[in-house]
Amino acid sequence: MSQRVTRSSRLSQGAAVLGLLVLILLAAAPWWAGRADMRLMGEIFLYLSLATLWNLLAGYAGLVSVGQQAYVGLGGYALFALTILAGVPALWAIPLAGLLGALVAVPVAALIFRLRGAYFAIGTWVIAEVFRLGAAQVSALGGGSGTSLPADVVRAMASGRDAREALAYWLALGVAMAVIGLAFAILRSRLGLALMALRDNELAARSLGINIWRTKFIVYVATAGLTTLIGALIFVQKLRISPDAGFSVNDWTAFVIFIVVIGGIGTLEGPIIGTLVFFALRETMADMGSVYLIALGVVAIVVMLRAPAGIWGLIRARTGAELFPISHRVRGTTTKETADGKKA
Amino acid sequence: MGELLKLEAVRRAYGAVVVADAQSWSLAEGEALGVIGPNGAGKTSMFNLITGTLNPQSGRIYFAGQDITDWPAARRCRAGMARSFQVPQPFGGMTVYENALVAATQGAGARGARAEAICLDVLARTGLMPKANARAGSLTLLERKRLELARALCTQPRLLLLDEIAGGLTDGECHSLVQTIRDVRATGVSIIWIEHVVHALLAVVDRLIVVDFGRLIADGAPQAIMASREVREIYLGLDADV
Ligand SMILES: Nc1ncnc2c1ncn2[C@@H]1O[C@H](COP(=O)(O)OP(=O)(O)OP(=O)(O)O)[C@@H](O)[C@H]1O
Ligand SMILES: [Mg+2]
Repeated sequence: MSQRVTRSSRLSQGAAVLGLLVLILLAAAPWWAGRADMRLMGEIFLYLSLATLWNLLAGYAGLVSVGQQAYVGLGGYALFALTILAGVPALWAIPLAGLLGALVAVPVAALIFRLRGAYFAIGTWVIAEVFRLGAAQVSALGGGSGTSLPADVVRAMASGRDAREALAYWLALGVAMAVIGLAFAILRSRLGLALMALRDNELAARSLGINIWRTKFIVYVATAGLTTLIGALIFVQKLRISPDAGFSVNDWTAFVIFIVVIGGIGTLEGPIIGTLVFFALRETMADMGSVYLIALGVVAIVVMLRAPAGIWGLIRARTGAELFPISHRVRGTTTKETADGKKA
Repeated sequence: MGELLKLEAVRRAYGAVVVADAQSWSLAEGEALGVIGPNGAGKTSMFNLITGTLNPQSGRIYFAGQDITDWPAARRCRAGMARSFQVPQPFGGMTVYENALVAATQGAGARGARAEAICLDVLARTGLMPKANARAGSLTLLERKRLELARALCTQPRLLLLDEIAGGLTDGECHSLVQTIRDVRATGVSIIWIEHVVHALLAVVDRLIVVDFGRLIADGAPQAIMASREVREIYLGLDADV
C-alpha cells in the first residue's frame, strides 16, 4: 500500500482555467469598456487587494487591525511627497511607497505586538490617528486641507488621458492579481501552514517549533508594505489627497472588514465574493444615501447570524469546495480508496 | 553515554502549590525514563518546564550541553525535544496529515518530499493513516492522543516526552503502543514517559522516578522502585482511580 499527497482537485483545476479566461477578458477591458466602467473596475480591484491583505492579517495571522488606513494614507502621502517634493516619476513612486510602508511597519510592529486582542486593535487605530495628525502638519503637502497632484506629474505618466486611464486600470488589475497570487503562494508554503496552525492552537504551534512572533511579524510587515503600495495606486487615480481622505477609517478599513466578513474570513475565496457583494450593493443603492449604509448593516447582521463564517464559509462547509487548492489530500489511505483511484 | 537533559534546582510554584521543588536530575542520551506519581504531583508541570511552556522561578535547565532555561518553546522543539499533551491540543481545522506536516516542516525543518515522507511514515507507524484526511477536530479522544504522539514523532526529536498516552486503550491497542514506542527508542531517541498505566510503562523504561508534591521521592531501577513501600502506597492510591 503506498500513498501520495495531492493538493489540486478537479474543481480547483476548473476554477484556474475559468480564472485565466476571466483575467484575459479583464486585461482587454480598455478595448471593450467605457471610461466609467474601467474606473469602477479599477476601484473593485484595489478593494479586492485591500480585502485580501486584511484577510491575510486578521483571518490567518489573527492580527485584527482596524488601522490599515494608516498605510493607505501613508501610501497616498508618499506618492505626493515623492512626486511633488522629490521629483520622482509617479510610476516609480508607487513601488517606493510600498517599500517605505514595509520599513515603517517594522517599528510599528515592535510597538503594537506588545498588545493583545482588543488592545491590539485599538493600538492599530491609535497609530493610524497619529499618522493622520502627522500628515496634517506637513504644510508642503497642504496641511489639514490637502493637495492635488500637479498637472505635469499626471501628464508625465502617459501620453493622453485614455492611455493614462488604461495604465491606471492595468496597474490596479496587476496589483490585485499579484496580491491574490502572493497570498495563495504564502498559504501553500510552510509559512502558510504555520499561520493556519497558530490560528488553530497557539500552544501546540509553539511547542512544535513555530516562532509565533516572527511568523506574525513577517505577515504584518508584508501586508503593510503592500497596503501602502495600494494606497499610492488609489491616490494616483484620485489625483487629490487630504488627511481625512487618506486616513479614512470608513473607506479603507470598515468597508474592507465588511467585505472580508461577508465573503468569508480565513478563506482566499471570501474576499473575492465579499468584494462583488459590496460593489453590487453600492452600485444599486448608492443614490439612496443613508439607506445604502443601513442596507450594508442589515446584510452584515444577517450574514453574521446565518453564516458566521461568511458566504464562502457556508458553501465550503456544505460542499467541501476549494477553488484555491491549499489543503493536502492523502490518496490511497485505505484499500477501497486505492481501488477507486485505479478506476479514475 | 553523555547527558542529554539536566535539571539543576528547578523550582516553580503556583501560589502555595509547589509543582517543582528544587528538582535536580538528569537523563542520559538514549535512556528511557518513566515518571509516576499521584494526581496533581507536578508531572505535567515538569514537562511544561522542560519544554518551555512554563518558566521556572529559579534553577537552570540544560539540553544537549546548552543552557536552555531562557529559550522559548519553539526553539527547544527545533533543538530536538517534542512532547505530547496530556489534554490533546490538535489543530482542529486542519487534517491529520496537515497536523503532522506542521511538525515535520517546523519542528524537523524538513521540506517538500522529505517532509511528506516523514509524515506518511509516522502516520503509518501510529495507525493514523486511515484518518489522514479527517479533520483533527473530528477525532475521538483516543485518536487525538495518537495524533499527539504522531506529531511529536514528526518533529524527529532526540528527546520524546510522552504525557499519559496509554489511558483508555484495550489490551491489544496498549500492546501495539508499547511496541511503537520501543521501536522509536530503538532508533536512538531518548524518552521520558509519564504514565498511570504502569505495566505499559515498565515494558519500555529502564529507569523510573516518582514525583510527589513537586519532589523526586524515588529514582532508580523500575523493579526496585515498584517494590518499595512508599511507592506501593502511592501506587495503590493510583490503582484505585485508574
Ligand atoms: N496554571 C495553573 N495555575 C494554578 N495551578 C496550577 C496550574 N497548573 C497546574 N496547577 C496545579 O499544579 C499542580 C500540579 O499539576 P500537574 O498538572 O503538574 O499535575 P500532574 O502530576 O500532571 O497530575 P495528573 O496526574 O492529574 O495529570 C496541581 O495541583 C494543579 O492544580
Ligand atoms: Mg498531568
